[in-house]
Amino acid sequence: MADKKPSRDETQLIDGNQAAGWVAYRCSEVVAIYPITPASPMGEFADEWASAGRPNLWGDVPQVVEMQSEAGAAGAIHGALQAGTLATTFTASQGLLLMIPNLYKIAGELTPFVLHVAARTLATHALSIFGDHSDVMACRQTGMAMLSSSTVQEAQDLALIAHAVTLKARVPFIHFFDGFRTSHELNGVMPLSDGDLRALMDEDTITGLRRRGMSPDRPELRGTAQNPDVFFQAREACQPYYDACPGAVQDAMDQLAARCGRQYHLFDYHGHPAAERVIVIMGSGAETARETALFLESNRGERVGVVTVRLYRPFSIADFVTVLPETVRAIAVLDRTKEPGAVGEPLYLDVVAALAEARAAGNQRFKGEPAVIGGRYGLSSKEFTPTMVKAVFDELSRERPLRRFTVGINDDVNRTSLSLGDTLTISPPGTIKAIFFGLGSDGTVGANKNSLKIIHEETGQYGQGYFVYDSRKSGATTVSHLRFSPQPIHAPYLIRTAGFVACHHFPLINQMNVLEHAAEGATVLLNAPGKPDEVWASLPRSVQQAAIEKQVRLWAVDASEVAREAGLGRRINTVMQTCFFALSGILEGDAVTQIKHAIDKTYGRRSEEVVRRNHAAVDASLSHLVEIKLPARASANHDRPPPVPAHAPDFVQRVTGMILGGRGDDLPVSAFPVDGTWPVGTAKYEKRSIASEIPQWNAELCIQCNKCAMVCPHGVIRVKPCAEAALATAPEGFRSLAYKGEEFEGSRYVLTVSPEDCTGCTLCVAVCPAKDKANPRRKALEMRPIAEIAPAARDAFAFALTLPEADRTRVPLQVKQVQLFEPLFEFSGACSGCGETPYIKLLTQLYGDRAVIANATGCSSIYGGNLPTTPYTCNAEGRGPAWSNSLFEDNAEYGFGLRTAFDQLEKQARTLVRTLAPGLPGQLVEGLLAATGRDETTIAAQRERVKALKEVLSGAGKLEARRLLEIADNLVARSVWILGGDGWAYDIGYGGLDHVIASGANVNILVMDTEVYSNTGGQQSKATPIGASAKFAIAGRAVAKKDLGTIAMSYGSVYVAHVAFGARDQQTVRAFLEAESYDGPSLIIAYSHCIAHGYDLANGLDQQKLAVDSGHWPLYRYDPRRLAAGEKPLVIDVAPGKAKLAQFMANETRFRVVERDNPERFKALLKQAEAEARHRSERLRFAADFQEPKAE
Amino acid sequence: MDLSTRYLGFNLAHPLMPGASPLVDDLDTVRRLEDAGASAIVLHSLFEEQICQDRANAERAAEVGADSFAEALSYFPGLDHFTLGPEAYLEQVRKIKAAVRVPVIASLNGVSIAGWTDYAKLIQEAGADALELNVYFLSTDFDDSAGLVESRIVALADQVKRSVRIPVAIKLSPFLSALPNLVRRLEVIGIDGLVMFNRFYQPDLDIEALEAVPRLELSTSSELLLRLRWLAILSGRVQPSLACSGGVHTVSDVIKAVMAGAHAVQVVSALLKRGPGALTELRDSLSRWLEVHEYDSLKQMQGSMNLAHCPNPAAFERGNYMAALQGWRSGS
Repeated sequence: MADKKPSRDETQLIDGNQAAGWVAYRCSEVVAIYPITPASPMGEFADEWASAGRPNLWGDVPQVVEMQSEAGAAGAIHGALQAGTLATTFTASQGLLLMIPNLYKIAGELTPFVLHVAARTLATHALSIFGDHSDVMACRQTGMAMLSSSTVQEAQDLALIAHAVTLKARVPFIHFFDGFRTSHELNGVMPLSDGDLRALMDEDTITGLRRRGMSPDRPELRGTAQNPDVFFQAREACQPYYDACPGAVQDAMDQLAARCGRQYHLFDYHGHPAAERVIVIMGSGAETARETALFLESNRGERVGVVTVRLYRPFSIADFVTVLPETVRAIAVLDRTKEPGAVGEPLYLDVVAALAEARAAGNQRFKGEPAVIGGRYGLSSKEFTPTMVKAVFDELSRERPLRRFTVGINDDVNRTSLSLGDTLTISPPGTIKAIFFGLGSDGTVGANKNSLKIIHEETGQYGQGYFVYDSRKSGATTVSHLRFSPQPIHAPYLIRTAGFVACHHFPLINQMNVLEHAAEGATVLLNAPGKPDEVWASLPRSVQQAAIEKQVRLWAVDASEVAREAGLGRRINTVMQTCFFALSGILEGDAVTQIKHAIDKTYGRRSEEVVRRNHAAVDASLSHLVEIKLPARASANHDRPPPVPAHAPDFVQRVTGMILGGRGDDLPVSAFPVDGTWPVGTAKYEKRSIASEIPQWNAELCIQCNKCAMVCPHGVIRVKPCAEAALATAPEGFRSLAYKGEEFEGSRYVLTVSPEDCTGCTLCVAVCPAKDKANPRRKALEMRPIAEIAPAARDAFAFALTLPEADRTRVPLQVKQVQLFEPLFEFSGACSGCGETPYIKLLTQLYGDRAVIANATGCSSIYGGNLPTTPYTCNAEGRGPAWSNSLFEDNAEYGFGLRTAFDQLEKQARTLVRTLAPGLPGQLVEGLLAATGRDETTIAAQRERVKALKEVLSGAGKLEARRLLEIADNLVARSVWILGGDGWAYDIGYGGLDHVIASGANVNILVMDTEVYSNTGGQQSKATPIGASAKFAIAGRAVAKKDLGTIAMSYGSVYVAHVAFGARDQQTVRAFLEAESYDGPSLIIAYSHCIAHGYDLANGLDQQKLAVDSGHWPLYRYDPRRLAAGEKPLVIDVAPGKAKLAQFMANETRFRVVERDNPERFKALLKQAEAEARHRSERLRFAADFQEPKAE
Repeated sequence: MDLSTRYLGFNLAHPLMPGASPLVDDLDTVRRLEDAGASAIVLHSLFEEQICQDRANAERAAEVGADSFAEALSYFPGLDHFTLGPEAYLEQVRKIKAAVRVPVIASLNGVSIAGWTDYAKLIQEAGADALELNVYFLSTDFDDSAGLVESRIVALADQVKRSVRIPVAIKLSPFLSALPNLVRRLEVIGIDGLVMFNRFYQPDLDIEALEAVPRLELSTSSELLLRLRWLAILSGRVQPSLACSGGVHTVSDVIKAVMAGAHAVQVVSALLKRGPGALTELRDSLSRWLEVHEYDSLKQMQGSMNLAHCPNPAAFERGNYMAALQGWRSGS
């Protein structure tokens, strides 16, 4: 660790990704990238630096190339390395798994290479984007050296060690650090200069790499196939390089120490020199353990210590044993991974083996043979705190410690978990700790990052920032943890007791335990609307009590009002930041001037007006800041409401409710399903109330077109026909109209809005065509303040849910009427105004009660299946979509597997029906076997038959009857849907998608094309259009978007539709109906507007129209059945030309920034895009004219 | 035939030049315009409002969804990668200046006083030979008096004039109550030229969709009449040189504009319809017409039909309406 204390003034405030990425960039010539959380920023940084022309150590700008997957990136790197260049890449988790085949090759060929990994959990029973070592541990057998960084500083320093040593040792390296905890933590880092890098990057070793590179001038062969006679020996030939590698690493570490003063070792020991109890650990947890051990030693005299593992592979037994104190008698090895079925986790096994090896080799170093126990901690970024470290040391003190344990959870099933004692706080004196609760949309995190920067630059204090986000894309909450100290901060865990707590969004006071971590006498700042003298009364009783018990100093500011008055809209960050500085006193001197200075620096380049408004907000903030005096006792009659209503099911109460209440960490192992199976229909119990305005139905204007229900991304607007009599018990003010249409003539028509589930996106109002003729600004739907209309709307919505659903067999399959079908996808956490979810909602309305969905990883898997709640739900009969996510890359194949299985089960069921026919009613058998249609009437009739069949079979003893009983439901047609985004369909999963559509299988593939990797933050995919700026294509993509539809049509046997619901909703509905009814593969490519396009999504529908009318997004349907019928198979639904492509592009920031930045280049790109649109249109027109010649 | 004229202090070979339009966005078109004989090149306007809007949109786009979701802490490349200010326009000024020999007149539409003056300076530094201020205030505020609106125009023109060395013209709106008085005030602060007039997007109504639809049609010769009247009224009575802009399509239109007093004639719609070659046609036709009608030079014709020289000046004053009315009566 750092032997020389860094001078604070020289440090830079960066995160681990930037720290490692900057070294990697400068030490490389080729950088292959592919986005994956939490490593994406390393690739993004590399792309940005290359875009800005920043050179590497040798004065050249590295080639930064995005590939179609991590497997592709690894392949590209392998090639670049074999050509003798310095190459690097970045990844995590599943991406790392995809690289493994190449890692074996690269290592087997002794190729210098560094792969930087922001270590992340592997998907098992569930996906997790957070950090642990399960991914890197899956690579320990590849032959890659593995170097672990524990801090942001180390992420930089050890990155250099890896790049330097790999050239010398010829062993390729995985350099890893903990995802999020290190990759995303902002901390002060002493930067490595180019000189430092050059000093370690030995030119002679680069020459060696060059000379080994493939060249036709000195041809050689690599990648031979070898046989039993020689493979084994040849495999062993590399061993000397592995034996020499640890020494080379230590040499480089020593060289770095000589230059920079930061001394690292393969294994570093910290603690009592005569420690008896030692923890062995790597990654960020090692820092927690180290600090705790030092605290226990110096404050309590405990003889404890910690070994931090840095070079994990090749594992140097000698160095490891040497670093342990001779006095050690008990060792706990902590692994941040779980390897079910193994004797122990990997690091534990290595330690046990290393000690045994040393002993066998005659090592007599230890006074007594140390006992070794192994434990798991910190999976998926589970907190790992000093209290937990102490629990491990305490366990080692026991006479018979648990041989295998877990720490940080309550494992009441396997009884492995350690009990935690009193909370151990080890912060050095003088540390300022602050917690901020906010919304993603209010700029809280951005403001805190800015505050860190100001304090870092202006005060000489060290700063650390770590930010916790929830898993929703709309109305997300954020919690910022900021530490400041005169000493460097090494505390890779969340703040437990804060001297400053701020709540930037007042409703959170009712949803989260905001004062839980407030210290005694803490300063608490609330953004509270209204008058200051009403603030206290508006606090829930438990919050009042906590405030009084802790004797906090409570301050309030109506930041929303101040921001509004200053012209900043909903961005309250400047106001809250100003108040924070004023109350915390952390800035010496005139805080206001310093904040204004920071604002000038942040916004000065962009807009004078923005600067002026922020200055005005700063000036107004302090005059609105008021201290709220605490009364002697709590007076509120209300308290924080329970996270889920009392009528929610048991599981939702016990588990979901705990997670929603922020107490997921307290749930024991026994609370969870053993296999990752989770109940559906839980989103409805989470009433988030994130909209300030929601739509009100002006029934007198309504024409019952149901377009509002169609476009609603969150399933909030429901329309139903119902009998007049059913309205007898309707709540007061409930509105209905005479139903327009033959299908439910004589019924009433009701439209209701769920106020607490609405996100306020306004798409419903935008699409509403029914205007008040005297005042066209007023429509049948208009946005009203939620507080004004929510109570009545809530009652109306609840009542409407009790009304019977429309008889599905009577609903005509037209765009208007299909909205009468109950959506079985509701209230998702997708972005407000999401352009994808209306398609999924429609899918579930049409086929949800018999749908099985395979969902590629991405936005749709996150808003579809990320805890705590799930939007997929079921109808009153308990039927609904069965949903599952396998991986990102394999989704088409996964869905194909489902289809194959259902086909097989149906075949078996039919066979069994025939086998058992003699004992079954003849008409039933005939009906069961004859039913082939998929219309609602046929499906309903078949369900009745299956029900009758089951009744006949129930209690039957015959084996065939029992088997049929289990699979009889498969006699009702299953509708298999394969869902994903363009990143999946165009890039990483394209090979599988291509194979599946070529298979002839009856699957329906829905590609929600946002033209960018949305979920990981807007990186370009092959669906990104020409001229659009995206991450990895900052200057604007110069290559045409892949024409996936045409590729699919080329098979002739695939149903293909190109749709955009905002442009022609009828065409979208028709495409879904045709796709599902086609007995073969169907591909619907659905235009999905997205926040990554850079415009207000309230205009999403208009923009979809422009996309279609300008030819950017042609609407067509290709149906192979028409070909067979002698008709033209391709129908172009809208001819382009009504608008210009430039008009479409002018509305979106992704194009505008390119135009503004380089008009000439944009003009060329526009011309290219117009030509491409023209060519595509011509191709389609040509294809649309084709039909089989009629037979004579 | 001597077609030379003097506009904004430049001696021009003839009065015809492309007016502010997207034509000059393309450097090749600019070269073709010069080849076609343009006596000067007027650039389209640098719109401060557009820059602010683009910046605000980009900032908003960068903010939406930012720092909200662990997997995607942003959805856009950092804005620092993009030049969202006037740099692209200034670069175009530089390129055009380097590409042509004729005077290059940049155009500016500002919002704030700082915007007008700062951008004017930048345009000057970029090499523009002159600056045309594209000024319009569409006042919808009942508290704004005509005097206040006009004072704003004078104030900003004054600020710009003080901040640059190059000649400054001002492109006016025809919808002003007391144009001569305003022109006099502009003259006092030293404005070098007056361009008459600006043409505006006009909202149309979509009676099916019940929406207002902005529209800008290409001009026709009928729009020239408004320009002729005010050119004639101002010609010879004010110091700033005069340019006619709007409604010039034929050689007759050019001749009328010059006779009314224009020192320069800006053409846009005709060029958009017929290409840069239209400029050559107009220039050659003008030359032929002057020769056929035995004029010595263009200067001889310049202002020959203005208020001071026109045989029937009343036609330019309010008498025009009366005469037309009487004409109709007598003809009925």
